[in-house]
Amino acid sequence: MNRSPDEMGELRAPADASHGLHPATPYTPVFVGARRKELDELLTRYPTKMAALLPALWIVQEERGWVSSDAMAEVADVLELTPAYVKGVVTFYTMYHQHPTAKHFIQVCTTSPCNVCGAEDVVKSFLKHTGCEELGVTSADGRFAVIEVECLGACGFATPVMVNEKYVESVTPESVPEILASLD
Amino acid sequence: MGFPHKPSERETLVLSKYFGDPEAIGLDGWRKRGGYVALEKALRMEPAEIVQVVKDSGLRGRGGAGFPTGVKWSFMKPGDGKPHYLCCNADESEPGTFKDREIMRWTPHALVEGCAIGAYAIGAEVAYIYIRGEYTEPIARMEQACREAYAAGILGTNAMGTGRTVHVYVHKGAGAYICGEETALMNSLEGRRGNPRIKPPFPAVAGLFAQPTTINNVETLVAVPHILNNGADWYKKFGRPDNPKSTGTKLFSVCGNIARPGNYEVTMGFPFKDFLYDLCGGPLPGRKFRAIIPGGISVPIQTVEEAENSPMDYEGFVANGTMLGSGGVIVIDDAQNLVKQIARAARFFAHESCAQCTQCREGTAWTTRILERIVAGDGTHEDLDTLLDIADNMTGKTICVLSDSCATPVVSGLKKFRGDFEALIKRKKVHMVPVQVA
Repeated sequence: MNRSPDEMGELRAPADASHGLHPATPYTPVFVGARRKELDELLTRYPTKMAALLPALWIVQEERGWVSSDAMAEVADVLELTPAYVKGVVTFYTMYHQHPTAKHFIQVCTTSPCNVCGAEDVVKSFLKHTGCEELGVTSADGRFAVIEVECLGACGFATPVMVNEKYVESVTPESVPEILASLD
Repeated sequence: MGFPHKPSERETLVLSKYFGDPEAIGLDGWRKRGGYVALEKALRMEPAEIVQVVKDSGLRGRGGAGFPTGVKWSFMKPGDGKPHYLCCNADESEPGTFKDREIMRWTPHALVEGCAIGAYAIGAEVAYIYIRGEYTEPIARMEQACREAYAAGILGTNAMGTGRTVHVYVHKGAGAYICGEETALMNSLEGRRGNPRIKPPFPAVAGLFAQPTTINNVETLVAVPHILNNGADWYKKFGRPDNPKSTGTKLFSVCGNIARPGNYEVTMGFPFKDFLYDLCGGPLPGRKFRAIIPGGISVPIQTVEEAENSPMDYEGFVANGTMLGSGGVIVIDDAQNLVKQIARAARFFAHESCAQCTQCREGTAWTTRILERIVAGDGTHEDLDTLLDIADNMTGKTICVLSDSCATPVVSGLKKFRGDFEALIKRKKVHMVPVQVA
């Protein structure tokens, strides 16, 4: 536990990740066709375009799996904001991925209520069984990345684990292999 | 209901009656269980009448602060020519609290109805339900409930055929504890970083989109339809006869080292000791309760002897030196290293600080470093004074109370469990220093 407070094992970029600075292929916009329609419908809900920023970023992440600099620029363009502003917002929130993630992104709650129920052993078990060498580092096969996360709001179901978008409740170190076996 | 456990006969099931009942999730099932009767009634009442009923019921905010809901609603002045907004705070992220998640998972229409009534009562045409991004299942349930309500004409520009406009929209957060703070939530909803705002102006004057705004917790809003259906007097009768200030039922989330963790709904003023031992089954086999945090991790930690005497209501917990908070009861038993858990709580706050106030940004980080140093066996007795000194600088000096919340477990922990800290310090590691050869 001897880490600095800014180190929670945040997801790190894989070595070959493009940050969108020199993309191998030209960027294709997200907000066309059905996605554009979805955004237009969202815009009717708010008196300002800016208010649709979080939902727009969610659409990008659903579509692409992460939010690249190019995507931030596109969002800025459609919502009449600056790319720098959008980046400022993206970096505030922990759930927007700023680089591609593993296929199964595993977040284990280790905040106090889960911690007293043995959450740290669950983390260790995930690291061991996924072959991830350390927190935030994608496994060699690209399938798994494990991080600790702050309170998932399911404290009575300790230890809750978020696998991509889905909660798995009451996880114990022993139940980890079974959970991993259920993932493709 | 002690969800996921069977309800105890000592519980009073109002809000949680249908937890675990899959048929209550959809609109048809919800209507069969009395859904939207209160909304129909409300839309035919004057907004001021609704506010008065809620005031009379004694309903207070269930998110943590306990502000009287009817009074909060009455701050919204009708006829000021401005658009009003209702925000529903579903950013439940206080460690130890998981009641709103179950409300939204099992009874999403109850929240749609509560929001619609609340919006109408404060003169708003739009209500936003801001749900934390991690709650993917509750978000899907709430979105589905809204779609059903629009399709059935319950929401929209002619809500329930009354000609009134009521919109309820779900807004998904993106992972930030601080967005549960009311003004941070508004900033986040506006598409900004979730930094809390300086108050005043208060939300009722200039809140969301700089317009008059009311913000209520999920549990507060779902209580409103029951109050309208059964009357203020019915609601008031739940509670201690000697304490009219806390009325109604309250969902308590129980977690940590306890036999039956879960959500329990009891009347205000329920004896805490009975709650812990009868309803929740007491400690795990072979263990003893040691410390209890009764209202989410931001409230003062107590020894089990102190905590057991509290009646479970706002005044009862305050009289006993802690707070009801959000009703998230965290139980820690004698098998745990308490200092490590306090350090973990501090780490949580350090991670979640929005970093705009120096006292919080630096204070939470240094508190964490020092506590973890003590846990690792490298602490000194001076560290304890330093912790209290930092805590003093973190209390009452920042824009929001996240900083105070970080100081609370440290100060209360040091006051009540100082021996635990000192024992760790005494066991200090001996670092070998190479001998200097002259």
